Amino acid sequence: MTSTLQPGPQGPGFPSRLRTWLGPLPLQQVLLFAGVLAIFALFGSNTADSMHRMGLTPGFDFLLHQANFEIGESVLPYSAGDTYARALAAGLANTIKVAAVGCVLATVLGVALGIARLSGNLLLATFVHGYVELLRNTPLLLQLFLWSAIIHALPPPRGAYAFLGSIYLSNRGVYVPSVSLQGLSWAIWLPAILLTGYASLSLARRLLTGTTFYMPKATMTVLGSLTVCTLALTSFGLAATIDLPAKGGFNIKGGLSLTPEFFALLIGLVVNASASISEIVRSGIQSVKSGQWEAARALGLSPAQILRLVVLPQALRVITPLMISSFLDLTKNSSLAVAIGYPDIVSVANTTANTTGQALEAICIIAAVYLTLSLSVSALMNLYNRRVVLRGETRR
Amino acid sequence: MSHIELPPPTAPDWHRWRSGLFGGWGNSLVTLAALGVFVWLLQPFLRWSIFDAVWTGTAKECAVDGAGACWAFIGAKLRFILFAFYPPDLQWRPALVVALVIALLVLSALPRFWSFRLVPLWIAALVLSWLLMAGTLTPPQVSTNNWGGLPITLVASIAGLAFAFPIALLLALARQSSMGIVRTLAIAFIETLRGVPMIAVLYVAMLIVPLALPSGAAIDKLLRAQIGVTLFFSAYLAEVIRAGLQVVPWGQREAALSLGLGYIQTIRLVVLPQALRAVIPAIVNLSIGIVLNTSLLAVIGIYDLLNAARTSATDPTWLGFYTEAYVFAALVYFAICFTGSRYSIWLEKRLGAAVRH
Repeated sequence: MTSTLQPGPQGPGFPSRLRTWLGPLPLQQVLLFAGVLAIFALFGSNTADSMHRMGLTPGFDFLLHQANFEIGESVLPYSAGDTYARALAAGLANTIKVAAVGCVLATVLGVALGIARLSGNLLLATFVHGYVELLRNTPLLLQLFLWSAIIHALPPPRGAYAFLGSIYLSNRGVYVPSVSLQGLSWAIWLPAILLTGYASLSLARRLLTGTTFYMPKATMTVLGSLTVCTLALTSFGLAATIDLPAKGGFNIKGGLSLTPEFFALLIGLVVNASASISEIVRSGIQSVKSGQWEAARALGLSPAQILRLVVLPQALRVITPLMISSFLDLTKNSSLAVAIGYPDIVSVANTTANTTGQALEAICIIAAVYLTLSLSVSALMNLYNRRVVLRGETRR
Repeated sequence: MSHIELPPPTAPDWHRWRSGLFGGWGNSLVTLAALGVFVWLLQPFLRWSIFDAVWTGTAKECAVDGAGACWAFIGAKLRFILFAFYPPDLQWRPALVVALVIALLVLSALPRFWSFRLVPLWIAALVLSWLLMAGTLTPPQVSTNNWGGLPITLVASIAGLAFAFPIALLLALARQSSMGIVRTLAIAFIETLRGVPMIAVLYVAMLIVPLALPSGAAIDKLLRAQIGVTLFFSAYLAEVIRAGLQVVPWGQREAALSLGLGYIQTIRLVVLPQALRAVIPAIVNLSIGIVLNTSLLAVIGIYDLLNAARTSATDPTWLGFYTEAYVFAALVYFAICFTGSRYSIWLEKRLGAAVRH
């Protein structure tokens, strides 16, 4: 031990670093590792044997075979007869779709509820508190079942409930207005999106790091990019038309139609996550000591300035990692789609396992998808923590 | 030493209410608007659940036009929702299991009874529950395929927590270990299980474990699911316990070692009592999570409370009362978990107060 603590001129070499990493009882550790490997090998060979007995060959060759099942809905074009790989990709795309839309909506709803909880209005705060307790103390799967049951109990399209004249709720799906853009090519809107994305990211970074909090510059960037986009779009002849759904005979035509399964899953995930997000927002803002508010007030800052310059930069350090982990939870929870019939990656992999018998491979695919996601997010979080949280700590 | 803490002056309750609801113009407007929205949202629900509801009778009376919730359905199917396919003439067994578990939960919840004697008591209770449900001691025997309802939800959660605890403790200690391979294995186990959704773990238990066992060997389906739940939550519990271990300053270990205590004694006598005390509320919260997540057993075809409720609405004489079944199941879950979360808050205050004094 002592030799490793006194590095030579070049620092400790590889063997001695390995020795430090291994720590005490190296032989026993290697034996333990061998034991774990042996157990896996035993299970593996048993599985291979069982699969051979059932007439299956372990491996991912089946991915290129024809899948003879339909998928209820899909962002990626898919139809029965395409390969299993394509079916799984369609399932993955569906997962990404519900998770992405869900995260955005849950953030909007959750932040609004968190602010309502903090608003100082006792009635509003009590309502939000009740909402949060109700959602946190019942299983998500039950909530999804309930949403699904409610949507399937809606009237058929002919008698659909209408909200604000343009949102229709029926047991065949939910119809919302959609915006369709004409005369718009990738060449124009891809750079526009990239530019806006870059501008908002730099704004967000300024907000998050809080150290160089120089709003005018960031705001100018966003405004500038928006102007450039608008100019570019109008000069290239953009025509945006809003497509409103309308009742026509036995069905509803126009607009964007969401299937009952997608809508039930989306609303269930959003409502559930909004409860946690509202708590995160509340605890984040409350984590800023009241002395900070008082000091800022004593400096003569307006309430808006206090929030923007003093409270939010500190609160966001607490909020951001928790928000990201709650987005991750939402994504993992979207795997419950399989229980209400939305074809996400888990559901498609499950169907694949049932039709091909390649259960091990199907589960490996599910695990790989979610592990890639969680591990990359946690790597990003570590980076964020090192950059923001620790820097803040050491400066103090 | 010299400062005396006076309790802050408290305004009377109605004062707080008045300023909270009608302090200033904006606030009054918000109150009225919130009240309006709340009434607008609540009114159809109240009409459905109370005023138009059918409380007694048969499915025919529920099928009347304009009828609200059919609570008569819950009355008729209550036994099924609580105990699923367990033989009706033997239903005293699951009822006894539920009573036993609740009694022990209440006992363990009181800090006065906290001692290591609770551990063998719980293990005995779990074993007894299993024997009672299976009918090993009191024939006729009942196959686990017929078990269901509330006892499954309760026993699966508690057994999950109980068996996850020793595993989680070892994992948390291993993750802090100075032994590289042990540490890496622990991290790999924890991060893998925390990275995948629970449903994937349950699929492994359902589909892969039967393949991975040597031919001829078989594990009961319920037991396999229980192992899956246990391993899944041991990863989460390990992280909770690790947070507790980090609370104990490293100097305490060094002090214990210099007193001549060995590693196991140091951990058992010095580190764990402080670490676990710090995370008891977090463990209670995780237990609530376990109760909520055992509902996923429904996806793999085990008749827990949620699945029993769902199945109750497929009875041909009472077809399609899903909403009522789910609302009732939600009430049961809420009663369990809300009590748990209130208890956790109470405990946190109590333990916090104990530390300050």
